[in-house]
Amino acid sequence: MLDKRDPAANDRRIEALLLHREVEEFNNAYAAALDEQRLDDWAEMFTDDAFYVVISRENADRNMPVGLIYCENKGMIQDRAFALQHTEMFAPRYLRHIVGNLQVLGEEPNGDIRARANYVVVQVLLDRPDAKLHQVGVYHDRFRRVGDRLKLAERRCVYDNLLVDNALCLPV
Amino acid sequence: MALQDPILAQQYVWPDDDLTIIPDWVYTDAAIYAREVERIFHGPTWNYVALEAEIPNAGDFIRSHVGPTPIVVARADDGSINAFENRCMHRAAEFCRELSGTAKEFICPYHQWTYDLKGNLIGIPFRRGVAGKGGMPADFKPAEHGLRRLNVTTHRGVVFASYADDIEPFADYLGPEVLREFEATFDGRKLKVLGHYRHSLPGNWKLYHENLKDPYHATLLHTFLVTFGLLVAGNRSLMLTDASGRHGVMASAKSDRAVTGDAKKEMRSYKEGMTLREPRFMDFIEEFDSPWSVTMATIWPNLIVQREMNTLGIRQIVPTGPHEFIMKWTMFGFEGDDAAMTRHRLRQGNLMGPAGFLGLEDNEAIKFVQDGMVRVPNGRHIVKLDPATPAGTADTLISESAIRAMYRHWRTAMDL
Repeated sequence: MLDKRDPAANDRRIEALLLHREVEEFNNAYAAALDEQRLDDWAEMFTDDAFYVVISRENADRNMPVGLIYCENKGMIQDRAFALQHTEMFAPRYLRHIVGNLQVLGEEPNGDIRARANYVVVQVLLDRPDAKLHQVGVYHDRFRRVGDRLKLAERRCVYDNLLVDNALCLPV
Repeated sequence: MALQDPILAQQYVWPDDDLTIIPDWVYTDAAIYAREVERIFHGPTWNYVALEAEIPNAGDFIRSHVGPTPIVVARADDGSINAFENRCMHRAAEFCRELSGTAKEFICPYHQWTYDLKGNLIGIPFRRGVAGKGGMPADFKPAEHGLRRLNVTTHRGVVFASYADDIEPFADYLGPEVLREFEATFDGRKLKVLGHYRHSLPGNWKLYHENLKDPYHATLLHTFLVTFGLLVAGNRSLMLTDASGRHGVMASAKSDRAVTGDAKKEMRSYKEGMTLREPRFMDFIEEFDSPWSVTMATIWPNLIVQREMNTLGIRQIVPTGPHEFIMKWTMFGFEGDDAAMTRHRLRQGNLMGPAGFLGLEDNEAIKFVQDGMVRVPNGRHIVKLDPATPAGTADTLISESAIRAMYRHWRTAMDL
């Protein structure tokens, strides 16, 4: 609750809550873009210098850099979005990204916002009854305000399910 | 043994004794799979199990597999590399559970039977019982109950194991031509492991070998390369096999030549003027003493050595049954790579692995093949491309002669 005797503290709490809500909204929009396979919209959610990697917990824990997907800038993210929509062959599928347990961790000296959130990705192939847990992991994020919007300057998706089920065809 | 049953044996007759036809039972039958484990993975073959760079110091160990069988690869105090089954001699527990690590000895957690780094049994709690009662029989000899050890060899930092003790040396096993390509990738520089990919694949393990003995699919399935003009059907290439037919190397040389009208017609996905936003990703930095910018070596029975320009990887096949295998990838560079070179390898790694522009398509295509056989069973595959080369090395991409050579070997190994 708000404290009538300390308006400055109230302002900080409201600001923190608003930021938390804003990041949550971002993650919801991010999940929706991927679930609907709007990959150009997905790519637009990153800054030009964004780093995006999907890396196993095994590699992350051992400080080994190899990622399933490894993008050093938005150009590489856009190349992947283009390839997945126009050149890549894979069976049709539906995905559901669920993001939760958001924590906004603080600000970097340059104003970037550090956050983390758990995620699960559920995959349905059209000829099977089961919705399979395809990925489970955590986003380690750095957000940056560009104009009036948040964008991802970094998203490291660290997944726990070391053994990927056949292929990771769409981003996490 | 089911294979000797005269009625069952009927279904294991190769159609017309003709290698251009492959019957489905090769890929789907449980009895065939069991015989493959016995005669191929547990037979006279060198199976990839680890890189020396993963176990550099005494006590370092890594879990691995020979065929479907879990093993541990450990470096002992004398520097030797040892491989033994991950199965306690007492009650069969798979005692080692960490992916890798460092240990002084291995203690089975169930009853604390203890083994040294070479697999010798060195400790049995309460062996003499308590207060004169219980314990192991007086004539029980721990020396006769060490872990099942495998024959081990190494070549250029790559570790192989075999259930066979009387197998030929590794260099003879590969043959001179495949050995030359192996040594072009493992060129003497010390390896630096950059990380792993692991995935299951719902297809028969041999389909992965065939994918890399099938240069025909490269420009047709992998339209990413073709769309951006990075691979064209006219590129200089070779599909090499060893004399036995079990090993292969698919090789090609990157060219800056324009796509010819003739090739364009066949490659429906080629798009004029299409460019990558991050073209550095496909750069090839010359670093190998080889005329080829890409080589994919299939080393029988469980290893693929990937040298796709500057992204380098080991792929280890771990079969789990006729319909599925697990693939463990170990991506590497070399000690001495600077930060820019490591990042280049990582960027180019987007081609490979279960999310790679090429890798994900291969996994999907192999799954489709297995689905086709399971859902419409008792059929046959046709591998007739390039009749001028009945089996063996082909100098055209439009060939299946390396697949035929593999099955010539397989039939001998399987006595079928």
